[in-house]
Amino acid sequence: MMTKMVLNKDSMRIEREQDVVPFRNRVREFAVKIGMGIVNQTKLITAASELVRNMLKYAGGGAVLIEAISQGRETGIRLTFEDKGPGIGDIALAMKDGYSSGKSLGIGLPGTKRLVNEFDIKSKTGEGTTVSIVKWKNG
Amino acid sequence: MERIPILRMGHFLLVTIQIDLYDRLATNLEADLVQMVNRTGARGVLIDISALNIVDSFMGRILGNIGSMSKIMDAETVVVGMQPAVAITLIELGLELKGVHTALNVEKGMELLKQKIGPAEASDEDDDEDGTE
Ligand SMILES: Nc1ncnc2c1ncn2[C@@H]1O[C@H](COP(=O)(O)OP(=O)(O)OP(=O)(O)O)[C@@H](O)[C@H]1O
Ligand SMILES: [Mg+2]
Repeated sequence: MMTKMVLNKDSMRIEREQDVVPFRNRVREFAVKIGMGIVNQTKLITAASELVRNMLKYAGGGAVLIEAISQGRETGIRLTFEDKGPGIGDIALAMKDGYSSGKSLGIGLPGTKRLVNEFDIKSKTGEGTTVSIVKWKNG
Repeated sequence: MERIPILRMGHFLLVTIQIDLYDRLATNLEADLVQMVNRTGARGVLIDISALNIVDSFMGRILGNIGSMSKIMDAETVVVGMQPAVAITLIELGLELKGVHTALNVEKGMELLKQKIGPAEASDEDDDEDGTE
């Protein structure tokens, strides 16, 4: 497996609903800078929006690391969402289409996974959740 | 408190969303629209989202709520101008906009609304309640 190199990065704290739009704009800036096309940009930002909402709703906020990365010839954007919330007891269940503990649609996590090229989730009950996604420029 | 303006045109209510909405603005719009449909007896709601760069599950839910609540009050909702990238993304995300119709642009949306509520009623401003489809 080829290693990923970080070209540029920034981190943002997400504490309130008002942080969502500026965060999405920051992600867009990163995506535009590496020349990502509009469809992939839209997929990435929509995925980012879902994850940041989960972080606010279920963990009361957290931090996001935004990185422009390269791997071989590919460039892309990696986003890492980290919270110190209650964690997810059953990740397989949370990843199912239609499962929600919050009486919502339950499409956030499985939908996000479909929108990106790499999706990684780690969670420990009582400690928090970390979700990392990668969208390649030409992915 | 900032609000999105709602225009009234005969039996229709028109909304143009010009910026990426903060959640509060979106929930206000939902409440305002539903209230206005109720107050005016409007038969159609047209929402232009051509300026929206993204629609996530939150915004999708707001649009769906507007559609289903308007429907209860006998009004149809049409969402127009969705950017192609947004439409593609919504499908992959798995979000269906239930309870709303979609059209390419405002003109087509108006046509669709007129079709839905029947031409007689669409042109007659004073006659609210007794038309049927
Ligand atoms: N950061 C998080 N911390 C704790 N629990 C989480 C977190 N993110 C997701 N979950 C859990 O995973 C479930 C599924 O999340 P998902 O985003 O798929 O659906 P949802 O948020 O409930 O609904 P939707 O996103 O469609 O509005 C949530 O209901 C919640 O129980
Ligand atoms: Mg969610």
